[in-house]
Amino acid sequence: MSASKGLHPEAAIGPIAVPAATPAWRRGLYLLVGIAVALAPLVLLESFHLFQLTMAVIMALAVLGLNIVCGYNGQISLGHGAFFAVGAYATAILMSHFDWSFWATLPVSAVVCGVIGYGIGFPALRLAGHYLALTTFSLAVAVPQILKHKSIEDWTGGVQGLFLVKPDPPAGLPLSPDQWMYVVTLIVAGACFLLAWNLIRSRIGRALIATRDNPTAAEAMGMDIASLKTRAFAVSAMITGIAGSLSAVAIEFVAPDSFSIFVSITLFVGMVVGGVASILGSLFGGLFVLFVPNIAEAISKAAPGVIYGVILILFLFLLPDGFAGLLRRIGQRLRIRP
Amino acid sequence: MDGLAHQIVAGIATGGIYASVALAIVMIYQATHHVNFAQGEMATLSTFIAWSMIQAGMPYWVAFFGTIVVSFAIGVVVERILIRPVANAPVLTMVGVFIGLLLIIGNATGWIFGYTTKVFPSPFASDKPLFGGLVSAHELGSTLVTLTVLVLVWAFFRFTRLGLAMRAAAYNPRSARLVGIRVGWMLALGWGLAAAIGAVAGMMVAPVVFLDPTMMLGILLYAFAGALMGGIDNPAGAVLGGFSVGVLENLAGAYVVGTELKLTVALAIIIGVLVVRPSGLFGRVVLSRV
Repeated sequence: MSASKGLHPEAAIGPIAVPAATPAWRRGLYLLVGIAVALAPLVLLESFHLFQLTMAVIMALAVLGLNIVCGYNGQISLGHGAFFAVGAYATAILMSHFDWSFWATLPVSAVVCGVIGYGIGFPALRLAGHYLALTTFSLAVAVPQILKHKSIEDWTGGVQGLFLVKPDPPAGLPLSPDQWMYVVTLIVAGACFLLAWNLIRSRIGRALIATRDNPTAAEAMGMDIASLKTRAFAVSAMITGIAGSLSAVAIEFVAPDSFSIFVSITLFVGMVVGGVASILGSLFGGLFVLFVPNIAEAISKAAPGVIYGVILILFLFLLPDGFAGLLRRIGQRLRIRP
Repeated sequence: MDGLAHQIVAGIATGGIYASVALAIVMIYQATHHVNFAQGEMATLSTFIAWSMIQAGMPYWVAFFGTIVVSFAIGVVVERILIRPVANAPVLTMVGVFIGLLLIIGNATGWIFGYTTKVFPSPFASDKPLFGGLVSAHELGSTLVTLTVLVLVWAFFRFTRLGLAMRAAAYNPRSARLVGIRVGWMLALGWGLAAAIGAVAGMMVAPVVFLDPTMMLGILLYAFAGALMGGIDNPAGAVLGGFSVGVLENLAGAYVVGTELKLTVALAIIIGVLVVRPSGLFGRVVLSRV
């Protein structure tokens, strides 16, 4: 039994140490400091760096989606770029063909991605481990071809893609479109992170983790594994899809070739480096996948890929719980609860 | 009718390539139950090595066998350095290591050799079509090479002591170790062999699809489809699956979906096989007791 690794019988039935709840005033303080830190770039950064930070938050959101199904539920997906693409295209099509406002496209994009994710969750039930990785990998490889296909060219714009514009800042706010885009991204991503945080700390979240760690025991305790797994896929696809929608308006352009297999691989690398099964880790992952390639690109066009690969393997060998795990361990060393 | 016959023959020729890569995947899967996502990238690197040997003035067949030796060594080194330390790690870690390998080898190939498409020579170059235009010299030659490789691999596993030891190490590592087989080295040899087979496939397909660092991505997908179709734990099945996928892909490309959706055909085959018959056409049904 590999599932009971190192767990001493008494440890399982012994009293569980319940951490003392953080006092309300301190939580409020954390929240205020958090919001201040998140909004500070609005005044500190000029437009290009603000755009990059926006993209980093968007990537963090996409990594969060992957983390829910992959980190917390243990279903390995190498194809989350596909959901990212569907979300981006849903928003782009609605905005450029039907003149919808960006906000109105978000629920549609979320529903579409959720439904597709739910649909893919079904074959995924019969596939575990490598097979699922392989199937989602091939999905990600096929996506650009499907997007380019002639039969949907009227909608997707074919190889040329679609152009769209950023939402205008509301009248009265002294913000440029770039600054407003950053605020929009913060609001949407913040809502999704909160949602994911609550989901993971709820009964369903514990059930997802139990399903990952020991499906047999989880089923014996009365959890409906099939429904948990497909729903995890749906929620995960939804969040990654919303990130795709945000990226479409932030870049103001979608095209098939920007959704190659490397989007999916990037999300996977972000998840591993940030921290598998860690919400905070997703944030680090987003920052990593956006800023490290920029630094590496200064060396050579191929360098980001090589450096990505090296860092990925180094993390898997030396820090399997990622950057978030490293922080957690440092925190424990210092006797501070992270 | 001539068109159909030609499509089938061309399908068999590309199917041979898929069959080789599928065989490489199955060899690693059999020994370790891991699917090597970097198999295609390794084959591309090998093909680039062959290309630079030929550019340096070596005769084709010297470069051909030289590349096989070098690729074998690369495969062994990769297994020793990267795969062995995580042999007992969770699946997520393994998949991560393979993806890392894919990124490193794929991008290093582009870094070293550049991203421009290169022409790779065929040893069977002759302009006149054979058998009344049914098959080109390269198609015939590459099919023969692939078949030779497959027969050699089969004979190696069937008739040599080393092949027997490798099969034993894959089938039952603990007992194999007890009778004195060095299981770790057998796995490394398996990796080397898989890399060498992949190299042959790369050199055979490069004259057709032209040589560039992403050359093998689609081929890897078809090889996956072939391996799954034949049963991922059955080498003979995988070879047959590879050939069938080649023919299917060509026919679907010519008559059903057009060339733009060929990769989607591979995706459809993969999902179809996994959902309808996960063990493939010839695979063993594995029941795990809980």
